[in-house]
Amino acid sequence: MKKLLNSSISRRAVLGGTAAAIGALSMPSILRAQDRSIKVGVYGGYFKDSFDKNIFPDFTAASGIAVESVAEPTGEAWLVQLEQAAKAGVAPADVSMMSQVAMLKGQSTDLWAPIDTSKIKNYDGLLEQFVNKYPDGRVAGIGAVAWYITLVTNTDSYPEAPDSWAALWDPANADKLGLLALVSNSFLLEVTAKTFMGGTNALDTEEGINKAFEKLAEVKPNVRLWYRDEAQFEQALKSGEIPMGQYYHDVTGLAAADGHPVRSTFPKEGGIQDSGCWALSRASDKVEEAHVFIDYMSQPEIQATLSRKVGTAPTLKRDLLDLTPEEFASVSSDIEPIIPRYDLYQTKSDWLNQKWTELIVG
Amino acid sequence: MRREAPQRLSDYGPLAFPAIMLTVFFVIPFGTMIAVSFFQRQQGGFYTPAFVFSNYERFLSLFFAHVLGFSLMLAVLVAVCCVCIGVPFTYLMTKMSRRAQIVWMVALLSVLSLSEVIIGFAWSTLLSRTAGITNLLVTLGLMEKAVALSPGFPAVLTAMVYQALPYTILVLYPALVRLDPTLTEAARTLGASPLRAFFTVVVPALRTTILATLIMVFIFALGSYLLPQILGRPQHWTLSVLITDQAIYQSNMPFAAAMAVFLVLVTLGMVALTLFAGRKREEST
Repeated sequence: MKKLLNSSISRRAVLGGTAAAIGALSMPSILRAQDRSIKVGVYGGYFKDSFDKNIFPDFTAASGIAVESVAEPTGEAWLVQLEQAAKAGVAPADVSMMSQVAMLKGQSTDLWAPIDTSKIKNYDGLLEQFVNKYPDGRVAGIGAVAWYITLVTNTDSYPEAPDSWAALWDPANADKLGLLALVSNSFLLEVTAKTFMGGTNALDTEEGINKAFEKLAEVKPNVRLWYRDEAQFEQALKSGEIPMGQYYHDVTGLAAADGHPVRSTFPKEGGIQDSGCWALSRASDKVEEAHVFIDYMSQPEIQATLSRKVGTAPTLKRDLLDLTPEEFASVSSDIEPIIPRYDLYQTKSDWLNQKWTELIVG
Repeated sequence: MRREAPQRLSDYGPLAFPAIMLTVFFVIPFGTMIAVSFFQRQQGGFYTPAFVFSNYERFLSLFFAHVLGFSLMLAVLVAVCCVCIGVPFTYLMTKMSRRAQIVWMVALLSVLSLSEVIIGFAWSTLLSRTAGITNLLVTLGLMEKAVALSPGFPAVLTAMVYQALPYTILVLYPALVRLDPTLTEAARTLGASPLRAFFTVVVPALRTTILATLIMVFIFALGSYLLPQILGRPQHWTLSVLITDQAIYQSNMPFAAAMAVFLVLVTLGMVALTLFAGRKREEST
């Protein structure tokens, strides 16, 4: 050993050589993978970790296509990056998981390559809200994952579960609520419309939206925290500091399973169902692989695995799935969901945002 | 060491690196921001290069004036609190033994290593009803029952002062350490009490330092956007919070840029005013 260290080979060269050797040893798999590969953008953090662990290795084994997962930021930063890259003819990811509003914004510049639905075997089994279409009928995206925002309560403070979103308006709950801080992620306008105005169609007109804002203003005295950061509310809910609010169904279920005194209730008006789509950038040249990937992800078994391992709601009709009633209830509900009016956040976003900010800040 | 004024062009060589850095990482991004603030927002899309004033027009409303006013007031208050606590504290610290000073410095520097997020969450726990300091007061029999002290304005102010105080002390420390002790000794010999000597001799001697510290903390506090969100109610959100909303959640870069440019201009204006007032007073004395 001493001789080796004293020889003319420096320590750095030895390290470099080792790294090169390891690289060479692992080369065959990389080479094989390079035959067919695909870059998939997934929300960074929990989603990416779960997909890397539970989904992508099986996909590569089944299809022979290697997956390089790319952590994408939430919000619309990723959309902006995809858009600018596509202008230059580059795709930072071939397929990306995109929010519904981002899907609509991407449509406006024809960012998404149309998907050939004949290559998606379970296309007919998809729930209608999980097929994102261009106005002319071309399919822009296929549902990837869905999740619910529901009415959550601390079981110590509320022995009885509330059964309606109207509980948010109850004067008895003054200064007790935690609600999401943005018009475009809380979807409280839709909740107001569904609970008090007969459905989200009431938001079709500006007059209807103004009415919903007026009704929503009555909630303000009940709100203790308008949160952007999920951890902030989750902690307060668990401790009973803020005993009621809106939160994610799956995460609340996990917290309850860990023994925290929390529960998630699907109100009789329905939980808020939000979702992400798989969409293919027009700059991508991996069209074939992308279809194989989306087809694989839309299988009943994979959707069931996602529900069990990642905690997302299935995008397929329930009778196609082998989920037990308990498993289904832990991620979804048979009550008809409140589906956000994504179109409003595209066509009226600035106006809604301004009115909303003035409502909660003013 | 004798310092000579630069004679030849090559003497300015060492300046090239900072100059390039400043250009690349400050002047260019800031220029881009000003340019973007005049771009046309495409609702439901992105933005297109243009030269329009609509982003500034939208900002000129009573609502945003109110938010801007609050942000400035908060930043001034944080600066004043920090200096009021920082000057006496640092003065007393410089009177301690070398060893004690080092211990204090390390403690203060360790606060700087905490991120804004951690500070925010720590204070929100400390001020909560279920786990906060009021429980301690209840145990001691000083309070009837535990109450929540957050969210609210005092919570925001406390956490922001906590965050800015180490910077304040670090800026004040060199000036206070170098302060000639004979000044206070002379005052004491002439019969001033320690307190009186502090206010009539130490504070005036440090006027420039105090002014500089005020400005630094003011600017530092003006950029804060996490603490008002975590510890305040919506009426305590600063302009920085709304800028973040526009930039990140609404992808309305032109409007976010316009607000940011406005904030920078107002800040520079206030700093200029403060310096001007400081100079005026110096001339009159």
